[in-house]
Amino acid sequence: MKYLLPACCLLCFALGLPALADAPAKNTVEIHDFKFAPGTLTVHVGDSVTWINRDQTPHTVADADKTFRSAALDTDDKFTHAYTKTGTYKYFCTMHPQMTGTVTVLP
Amino acid sequence: MQNDNQPTRREALKCMSAWAGTGLLWSLVGGIPKAFAAGDAAGEAAMKAAGGTFSFAQVSDTHIGFNKQANPEPLKTLGEAILRINAARPGFVLHTGDISHLSKPEEFDTAAEALKGLTAPVHYVPGEHDTLDEGGGKLFLERYGKGTKGNGWYSFDDHGVHFVALVNVFNLAPGREANLGADQIKWLEDDLTAVSTSTPVVVFTHIPLWTVYQPWGWGTDDGAQAIALLKKFGSVTVLNGHIHQVIQKVEGNITFHTARATAYPQPAPGAAANPGPMVVPPEKLRSYLGVTTVAAAQGVPSLKLNDSTLEGA
Repeated sequence: MKYLLPACCLLCFALGLPALADAPAKNTVEIHDFKFAPGTLTVHVGDSVTWINRDQTPHTVADADKTFRSAALDTDDKFTHAYTKTGTYKYFCTMHPQMTGTVTVLP
Repeated sequence: MQNDNQPTRREALKCMSAWAGTGLLWSLVGGIPKAFAAGDAAGEAAMKAAGGTFSFAQVSDTHIGFNKQANPEPLKTLGEAILRINAARPGFVLHTGDISHLSKPEEFDTAAEALKGLTAPVHYVPGEHDTLDEGGGKLFLERYGKGTKGNGWYSFDDHGVHFVALVNVFNLAPGREANLGADQIKWLEDDLTAVSTSTPVVVFTHIPLWTVYQPWGWGTDDGAQAIALLKKFGSVTVLNGHIHQVIQKVEGNITFHTARATAYPQPAPGAAANPGPMVVPPEKLRSYLGVTTVAAAQGVPSLKLNDSTLEGA
């Protein structure tokens, strides 16, 4: 076993696979059980954030200050938004407004 | 927020179980809405014997376009609901929202075509699933909003009963529950000014006006303001959908009643990790779906509500 683990990691690395199969990609927010996960995310100016809906019901992603709103995201649909200015941005689902999240954008 | 009025989960479940397995037919007997279970022959006969009665039906949460495991064929179950409603011969039908699943034009088209199967005219309010188009509800309002105020609210009178359609799925704010808005509440106040307090009032909307279950957002932030305006009336019935199950609460002269969906069931408050579609064995599905009919008789202030499932359809 001692040698298997590194070999496995090396293989994953070689194939460009993440070390853990279910680890979320960078700057990705999963929508699951009517929650945004992670609920708070820190990125840098110019980064894009991608939301992916894992629920069996549609959701939306909308900036609280109405600067952007996704279309309805059905199961496994994605939405990506690029943050171009520093600040703290609250967003929510317009269908289920109790679902909220925050993106902090650093320089 | 109406935390004072919020039922505990236990109370909500108790209420649920008391009503489980029924479908609602609304009947106005002498002005009081009464519900009787679809298939309750004795109730229906009594209603007819009373004379001067009329009835209307409620259909809700048709979600045309939904295609997940919880019910891959919502158009088929809507068709069964339509047959059930037609058999009850209501004067008209109230659709309490979520006509479509994703507000796609083709979903609205398919739903409209299917709902043409109803022999009675239909009055609509939108659900939040009907506001997902780019225009944020424009497609719904173009189709169903003619002659309405604001985002689709209106009222009408029938057989001595005052009906009010309220819309609580627009301009929802982060961290909050559903919302009527100050403009609509002002309109409601004005609308009710001309209505005598002895007139039975039926309010229909999509999301419950009272907080059924706050953690799932099953309530309306400013619903209490609308309810306050209704308290002076001798008989008020508030009908809604959204939660895909029957829950009833009586508070003074006001009866709050939620209807089943025709598309798919949702879990009892707090009974699952989330309020999304609940998968049940296919042979059990129709026992979770249904319609409501209401019977009324002129001169009698209460309405008779009847929930019936699609089982045995």
